[in-house]
Amino acid sequence: MTPAIVTHELTRRFGGFLAVDHVSFEVQPGEVVGYLGPNGSGKTTTLRMLLGLLRPSEGDAQVLGFDVVKEAEKIRAAVGYMTQKFALYLDLTTQENLEFYAGLYGVRDRSAVATVLRELGLEEVRAQQAHSLSAGWRQRLALGAALVHRPRLIFLDEPSSGVDPVARRAFWDLIYALSAEGVTVLVTTHYMDEAEYCQRIGIMQGGRLLAMDSPARLKAGLPGQVWEVASEQLLPALEQVERMPGVLRAALSADRVRVVTQPGFGAVELTGWLQGLGIPVQSVMAVEPGMEDVFLTLAGR
Amino acid sequence: MIALDQVVKTFGQTRAVDGVSFQVEAGRIFGLVGPDGAGKTTLLRCICWALKPDSGSIRVGGFDAGRQSEKAQALIGYLSQRFSLYEDLTVLENLQFFAEVRGLQRQDWRERSRMLLEFVGLAEFGDRLAGQLSGGMKQKLGLALALINRPRVLLLDEPTTGVDPITRQDFWQLIIRQVNQEGLTVLVSTPYMDEAARCHRIGFLRSGRMVVQGAPGELRSLLDGRMVEVTGTPVEALQRLARQVPGVQSAQRFGNRLHLMVEPQAVERVSVQFNELSRQEGLHIERSSGVPSTLEDVFIALSEGML
Repeated sequence: MTPAIVTHELTRRFGGFLAVDHVSFEVQPGEVVGYLGPNGSGKTTTLRMLLGLLRPSEGDAQVLGFDVVKEAEKIRAAVGYMTQKFALYLDLTTQENLEFYAGLYGVRDRSAVATVLRELGLEEVRAQQAHSLSAGWRQRLALGAALVHRPRLIFLDEPSSGVDPVARRAFWDLIYALSAEGVTVLVTTHYMDEAEYCQRIGIMQGGRLLAMDSPARLKAGLPGQVWEVASEQLLPALEQVERMPGVLRAALSADRVRVVTQPGFGAVELTGWLQGLGIPVQSVMAVEPGMEDVFLTLAGR
Repeated sequence: MIALDQVVKTFGQTRAVDGVSFQVEAGRIFGLVGPDGAGKTTLLRCICWALKPDSGSIRVGGFDAGRQSEKAQALIGYLSQRFSLYEDLTVLENLQFFAEVRGLQRQDWRERSRMLLEFVGLAEFGDRLAGQLSGGMKQKLGLALALINRPRVLLLDEPTTGVDPITRQDFWQLIIRQVNQEGLTVLVSTPYMDEAARCHRIGFLRSGRMVVQGAPGELRSLLDGRMVEVTGTPVEALQRLARQVPGVQSAQRFGNRLHLMVEPQAVERVSVQFNELSRQEGLHIERSSGVPSTLEDVFIALSEGML
């Protein structure tokens, strides 16, 4: 099967600034892949190159078998794009918004809008103006607008900012239904909660793709172990743990210091180090690594 | 530090806040979670008296938020989702403006501003126009503005919506530092469970009522022994099948994994039955095992009335 996305050493410079730095990856048809990274890490620049909106400085990429430089128009006709600031017309109804996008994409099939209304469960808000919809409904409408032309690949750029977990879960059920039909999904997100929904996650920092794997394997691949240290002197404990050999990163939770250590450093070493400096330690507990531990250990400062 | 007793706020027919009582101890971080429209923002606005509740009492630092409104408000800093700063003023001018509005003296705000800019990492940007700051820097300036009057209580309404993960981490580290250094009390609403996990206590709001509150670990334990993780193929078919197994309350996909929430004491029975059924259907279960519940599992169960 031809992969839905292939990039090979994909690179983009803006003047002297290396926005995307030799990125290579493949996404299979029907796969749901997430991209996690801070602002300026190169996520959006990568998306824009894959959409054929921006020419690579080096390297190449194919989307749905089309070359991003030579066949950009074919790509844009075959993909859907939903951004965080998706242009919904707030004074138009749900149906009118979908009809507008159907027109924009030159969709001739008159049943396309009705199909999207039904598939996304938008019928009950069909006649409501977009401004009166909740964040969850607007998100669903924005997805519908990106789907009226039946794309085989959809890019979701931070789709669920500020949406509650129930609405987010319902949204992801729709995404999985698309994926089951063979639609490939590439999604950028700022949220660890959301990253867990992806089959694979790519972590970007400074234009480089640092890792790309399933959430479970990324967590299992974290070098070392995660601990939570409880102390009555939380801030001094943090300061000293940060200086300890074998500590990869340390941060505050409400009443704990969360620490990622290299293999061979653990509860005994942490307790010994702190007590040796006169800082009381109530407990040191091993905890399951989360996506945030993975992300911050790879991409954190 | 914050005490609410039977607070009610209605808009027309809607009881946005419907008899909410809770307390937040000094130096603690209390997270407010719940579905959209559960009343989180309304509640925060009532506490800073931007909205007047219909009935019930709100006390901040011992002062009645209604009858001793000025004293209560002097203790509060507020940062909302769409906080306002003046884009055509510099960072320092913004701080000066907010300081004056909050009644700080000149000699007082200068020192305070310097310290706060240092604290949020904007010391070098005092003369830059606020409109020219990045999103993350604006957010840090927003925090500095909310802290200018040395509040004892900080109210944060979804403060990190749309903010990137490194900036969110920095933001939370700043908040937790203030709590530990200055004994600041924080009440924060958030739709993100990884943020709620950083709070000392979490209160769950549904339809204007607080249905449960407790430490993150206590809330997770509500679903102890009820979550099962299944991997296998094809995952869509396994999900459909799982939803038909008696005792399964929800079957949610996370990438290639399936998380089942099952009725109390039903894990064994459900696992056996699910295995049997999937064999009959020709589906392949690779692994099925009990997993600890997450706050998101608890959130969904509470939202949908399964707890």
